[in-house]
Amino acid sequence: MSEKQKLNLNRVSMPKQKPEARVHNFSEVALGYTQEQAREEASRCIQCKNPKCMEGCPVGIDIPGFIKAIAEDDLPRAARILKDKNSLPGICGRVCPQETQCEMTCVLAKKGSPIAIGRLERYVADWEQSHPKAIEQRKENVKPSSKKVAVIGSGPAGLTCAADLAKLGHEVTIMEALHVTGGVLTYGIPEFRLPKEIVRREVNYVASLGVKIKLDNVIGKISTVDELLQNGYDAVFLAPGAGAPMFLNIPGENLSGVYSANEFLTRTNLMKAYLFPQYDTPIQVGQRVAVFGGGNVAMDASRCALRLGAKEVYIIYRRSEVEMPARAEERENAKEEGVIFKLLSNPKRFIGNEQGRVTSVELYEMELGEPDESGRRRPIPRPGSEFIMDIDIAIPALGTKPNPIIPSSTAGLELTKWGTVKTDEATGRTSKARVWCGGDMATGSATVISAMGAARRAANDIHAFLTSREG
Amino acid sequence: MYQILAREDLSTGIHLFRIKAPEVARKARPGQFVIVRNGEEGERIPLTIADWNTEEGSVTIVFMEVGTTSKKLARLKTGDYLTNFVGPLGQPTEIEKFGTVVCVAGGFAIATIVPIARAMKKAGNKVISIMGFRTKDLVFWEDRLGSVSDDLIITTDDGSYKRKGLVTEPLKELLQDGGVNRVIAIGPTIMMKFCSLTSKPFGIKTIVSLNPIMVDGTGMCGCCRVIVGNETKFACVDGPDFDGHEVDWDLLINRQRTYLKEEKQSLELWEKSISS
Ligand SMILES: Cc1cc2nc3c(=O)[nH]c(=O)nc-3n(C[C@H](O)[C@H](O)[C@H](O)COP(=O)(O)OP(=O)(O)OC[C@H]3O[C@@H](n4cnc5c(N)ncnc54)[C@H](O)[C@@H]3O)c2cc1C
Ligand SMILES: Cc1cc2nc3c(=O)[nH]c(=O)nc-3n(C[C@H](O)[C@H](O)[C@H](O)COP(=O)(O)OP(=O)(O)OC[C@H]3O[C@@H](n4cnc5c(N)ncnc54)[C@H](O)[C@@H]3O)c2cc1C
Ligand code: SF4
Ligand code: FES
Repeated sequence: MSEKQKLNLNRVSMPKQKPEARVHNFSEVALGYTQEQAREEASRCIQCKNPKCMEGCPVGIDIPGFIKAIAEDDLPRAARILKDKNSLPGICGRVCPQETQCEMTCVLAKKGSPIAIGRLERYVADWEQSHPKAIEQRKENVKPSSKKVAVIGSGPAGLTCAADLAKLGHEVTIMEALHVTGGVLTYGIPEFRLPKEIVRREVNYVASLGVKIKLDNVIGKISTVDELLQNGYDAVFLAPGAGAPMFLNIPGENLSGVYSANEFLTRTNLMKAYLFPQYDTPIQVGQRVAVFGGGNVAMDASRCALRLGAKEVYIIYRRSEVEMPARAEERENAKEEGVIFKLLSNPKRFIGNEQGRVTSVELYEMELGEPDESGRRRPIPRPGSEFIMDIDIAIPALGTKPNPIIPSSTAGLELTKWGTVKTDEATGRTSKARVWCGGDMATGSATVISAMGAARRAANDIHAFLTSREG
Repeated sequence: MYQILAREDLSTGIHLFRIKAPEVARKARPGQFVIVRNGEEGERIPLTIADWNTEEGSVTIVFMEVGTTSKKLARLKTGDYLTNFVGPLGQPTEIEKFGTVVCVAGGFAIATIVPIARAMKKAGNKVISIMGFRTKDLVFWEDRLGSVSDDLIITTDDGSYKRKGLVTEPLKELLQDGGVNRVIAIGPTIMMKFCSLTSKPFGIKTIVSLNPIMVDGTGMCGCCRVIVGNETKFACVDGPDFDGHEVDWDLLINRQRTYLKEEKQSLELWEKSISS
């Protein structure tokens, strides 16, 4: 057989719940590979000497290594290789935008479809979760350093930094503001994309490394960063994310029935309002829902609205579909489920009734002009194009910015003009001694894996510092 | 889990819990609040910090039974646990030597105004407190608020105890007499609104503690947004104290009513479940 014939350019597709069924439940949409499917997909990997895929991985997973182990049916080895570099593989396998990372740089992408690295990662992580004893803990051989580190926030950045430092023998405590760990993984990304059970188990893994977790701890309130440093912590890693919602700043935005995407998703995912009244937190969806924005958050909010029983859900976006920042896969999923994309439209104001409830939105039609700073064509309102659309619920999904609680309570922490913490990218160091930062708080809203990559770099630098004479 | 060290019933449907939460107690200041959750299916609700004791490591909350969550809380006893207790949240009340401060409180807020009145007095102010109740049976903590005030005025709507009428009447008289430098009004939204309207013509700064619906209480959902001075604010991080003369009261009242239907449904379901 020649090389050419051996090369299989078609990836094994992933079984999914049918759209008609899944819009009525919060169960996971993608069902995962079977062992046969995983082995078949893994066997397509040509085990490059100089694997391009790894260049696209922010945490440096030995991608051909774990894929080879799958092809050889050695799943414990595959799991070990993954966990060596990534404490959260079940999460990353589900939510990382692999199409712009490892799968984009995979050599097969040039000729056909790249290896489905994310699906394989997810397969191995799920296998490991159902075989919890498969890989032995190597905790015993770490020497305690007697150094204490406080990690603020339990999102992907906090969890990664905590796991890395615990593996290096430091005593790590995570302080989390909410009553559950996971950050956006828990309160933002819906159950049907990332089951909370997966998050819980991966957090348990981090805890099993010896990391202490304190919930209900809003740093800046219950203790300040300076108090932590004075009270025995040798270093602080800030990973509070960028959780403050942004609004459109148009009239009528505070009417009842206008939710930030964060509120809508938090009620749904964190507070389980989809199980109201069994759970106490209510949510409203009505018949017609308009979600404003074109990112992953807008896709998540619109798909939640459908599952909560809305009849018509619109995504209202001011540019055209090609400019949408949401992942192609999520756009497809949303469309399959019946979300209606209303492109080149932008809201002017919300209109309410006497009770102060939103009843409609006035929209402009937009046209695309010259490219702007982002390189995308700038949307311009078409004069006289205003029209009214009746809605029951409006959800601005415009992104988030850093929460002011930590910056305003920490003297000497320099910020950028966007309110993020000024951070050295290579080391995670901030302007304040013994304080590091990573994740969305350093970069603004980004991705799970970039937050993890930054956390890993910071953990290395914190370790170097703690084991140096200064530390 | 956070243990209830003591429970007291202050009047019909108003209860006090002293909660073991040493770290919260250490940082608590007058005017701040906590978020409480009871049970895995419970919602997060904000309650004002009514007192704290750093030695005992306790924080006191006082709440009124209004709907499902507060009624479920009211079934807990000394020794039971709250699932979550987060705080201290929000900005503390501005305490300074202003001169003469009038503290007006209604309903459960009698308890929450005590630490504010106390701190105002300690800062050297003359404190005149006004407490309002619907009827005599609901009166509580006359002695406690009295002990931190130079003067105490009590009103009941039906005249069954002390002065008949609303709290705004003595407030107006005090303002007319002159010499008042600041008003603090805490209680039902409608009471805070009318206290603000009463003091506005006199130009005396009036601080109110707003109580919009909240979820996280840390600035990440925007559910608690209020308009103050034509600007949108998040009550949980920017407040809950605001200048009452600048508040858009109608917006607040409308937003508080967002879930009336769901609240009724939830309460009926719960009442059915406990009666069976
Ligand atoms: C709806 C939604 C969908 C997304 N989908 C994807 C996706 O599919 N793929 C992807 O790669 N990325 C996605 N993202 C982006 C991704 O989730 C974030 O970039 C990532 O979670 C950032 O991680 P982090 O650890 O920096 O912060 P977060 O995940 O935000 O976690 C921060 C944690 O810190 C806590 N915290 C905040 N302040 C304090 C304080 N003062 N004290 C203590 N704790 C505090 C917060 O409660 C939170 O738990 C999505 C984001 C959203 C909102
Ligand atoms: C900063 C702040 C401090 C407060 N302090 C106190 C206090 O010290 N004592 C006290 O008795 N009450 C206080 N409240 C009000 C208290 O939070 C509500 O009474 C409680 O949430 C009602 O919940 P429920 O399920 O019993 O009633 P529901 O039947 O659910 O609601 C009754 C009414 O309470 C309000 N409410 C409902 N859910 C919430 C929520 N999640 N957050 C805020 N309000 C809500 C709504 O306006 C609703 O119409 C405070 C509110 C705020 C914002
Ligand atoms: S680049 Fe693609 S084919 Fe090459 S090792 Fe990586 S996953 Fe396999
Ligand atoms: S309660 Fe969520 S932002 Fe204030």
